[in-house]
Amino acid sequence: MENPVIDLKGLTKCYGSLKAVDNLNLSISKGEIFGLLGPNGAGKTTTILMMLGLTEPTSGTATVCGYNATTNPIAVKKKVGYMPDSVGFYDSMSALDNLVYIGRLNGIPEAEVTDRALDMLDIIGLGGSAHKKTATFSRGMKQRLGLAEVLLKRPEVIILDEPTLGIDPSGVKEFLTLIHRLSREQGLTVLLSSHHLNQVQQVCDRVGIFAGGRLQAEGSMDKLSRTLTTSEGYMVSIAVREKLPVPWPLSESLRQLPAVQQVTVNGQVAEITCHADITPDLVRFFVQQGLDVMGVHKKQYELDDIYQKYFDDHATETNIHEKSGRLFQRTFTTYQQAS
Amino acid sequence: MKSPAVFSRERLLPISRHPEWFSRPATARGPFSVMVRKEVADHIRSWRFIVLLALIGLTFLGSMYVSLSNIRAVVANPEDTDRFYLYLKFLTITDGTLPPFHVFMNFLGPLLGISLGFDAINAEQNNGTLIRLMAQPVYRDNLLLAKFASALLVVSYLFGALALLLVGAGILTTGVGIEPEEILRIISFVALNIVYVGFWLSLSILLSVRFRQTSTSALTAIGIWLFFTVFYSIGVNLAVKAFLPDPAYVLPYDAVRYNNLVLNLLRLAPGQLYTDATTTLLMPSVRSLGPLTIEQMAGAIPAPLPFRESLLIVWPQVSGLLAATVVCFALAYASFMRREIRG
Repeated sequence: MENPVIDLKGLTKCYGSLKAVDNLNLSISKGEIFGLLGPNGAGKTTTILMMLGLTEPTSGTATVCGYNATTNPIAVKKKVGYMPDSVGFYDSMSALDNLVYIGRLNGIPEAEVTDRALDMLDIIGLGGSAHKKTATFSRGMKQRLGLAEVLLKRPEVIILDEPTLGIDPSGVKEFLTLIHRLSREQGLTVLLSSHHLNQVQQVCDRVGIFAGGRLQAEGSMDKLSRTLTTSEGYMVSIAVREKLPVPWPLSESLRQLPAVQQVTVNGQVAEITCHADITPDLVRFFVQQGLDVMGVHKKQYELDDIYQKYFDDHATETNIHEKSGRLFQRTFTTYQQAS
Repeated sequence: MKSPAVFSRERLLPISRHPEWFSRPATARGPFSVMVRKEVADHIRSWRFIVLLALIGLTFLGSMYVSLSNIRAVVANPEDTDRFYLYLKFLTITDGTLPPFHVFMNFLGPLLGISLGFDAINAEQNNGTLIRLMAQPVYRDNLLLAKFASALLVVSYLFGALALLLVGAGILTTGVGIEPEEILRIISFVALNIVYVGFWLSLSILLSVRFRQTSTSALTAIGIWLFFTVFYSIGVNLAVKAFLPDPAYVLPYDAVRYNNLVLNLLRLAPGQLYTDATTTLLMPSVRSLGPLTIEQMAGAIPAPLPFRESLLIVWPQVSGLLAATVVCFALAYASFMRREIRG
């Protein structure tokens, strides 16, 4: 990728013995909408704070728009608009005054700052509430005002931390459409973090799945889904009328079929994992053996599964870590890296 | 909230219509002065400041009323070498019903400083505005400095206005012109008040950086203030009684030494420094803040000191207050600059 707008190299942040972000490498090119997805406490916000120079990395570098965020945060903040996950405004000031203040801090000339702020409020759909005090604003309105503030300085990059938090579903769609449109119209690079996976995937060009301080997977939605399918294979579960005996004598001959990897029996259901889609062959086999097939289900990997896999892997890792100490974690992490 | 269709098309027009928007124009005003302006506006609109203003205004009016009604007797007293400093007399005389203004300020000043600064940083953090502010291209120290400067600016205006009111009221009621000497002394009195409030302000800003809860920082600041105004002198007196011999049984030389030691211990309290400095500045006949021996006083004519000499006497006190202010501010700066800021 030539000239990435955001370039993180070996970024690590430790809080005491806890590694919040662990050797993160990521680059985002201009005009891209990147979704940083991960469960709560995955280290998303810490990563973002390091990109803005609001906290110092333990090691590694964060380069944004060509500037090192740790040593030259002011230059970075001139180019980057950041909306934190909990946006707060000066309650005693009106929405317009809040925007104008931020505009002035960004060095917008006095003559145009009010007009620009009003235009922004119109774009964001808060034109009617410009003179209302922000204390009366709902969470969704504050979120919109936050976006207006981010756009007011005409940034090259916008970083939104949990932008959909606390907005109703139709508001989320509207909000994300707006971000998408602005990004396309003005070539803005957008980084948004979220734990609402299905919400953001519709606007992201590329997503990174972040758990336990590590980037577990990265790429477009399609690519992630394909990777998962190839690594996990296809899974077909076939239900029969009679309960299957637990050491199932037929499982050996089933394993002889090409592509079959694993057979597990659970009551009336046989689950067969294979690395190619051989559902018809499997059904034929069952019928030939004289079993009464009641239902066949081929598992398809969807978005939810993608998240589930990566998040669950992380959860298991944490559990094992809690149960049996650090020794296991090492092996588990290596396993994950390999897969 | 508008329907998506509405703001999707028309609402987006302004941006696409102004491509020159994305070229950055020259900076109009530095972020520091923008912040100071906003902070000053916040202070003068806040109820907290209005209440304090009323409180200080009332004590000022009360003590002025008492001194104006007693001024005739004081000026006519031939024993008093300071009697010709009419305007300084306004600030110091009392008939016992109300303490003079500078004594009031001794304990209202800290209250003013604490109330203007105790929630400087932590309130912003709790409201989620601090992280937004820090995401703007401004230096962190600008924020801290703006908080300090804006409160100090408001306080300076307040004391300046009070001093001018005093002089104006004095000229109107007595018709006596003001001496240049008095102008200098009143200006330094005002400056001293500002420095004194500045110390408490920087202390409370330090606490607002250290404590996440505004109530904790306010209580701690008030605790420190109470400690120095009430308990500190009691503690020093107890210690003196316990460790130092009774002055009646020691040599005069030792008595002077012990006395100076006790005074210096008391001067660790900012209120004591303020009292020392104000009395010297407002009462030109005060020649020393410690005990004087008969030999030192021999041949001295009881006359007011010139302004420069009074200033020399209080110089250590003023530098002490300034040093304490700077230390508090430096500590606040050190703990704020490299801290991680989260929403």
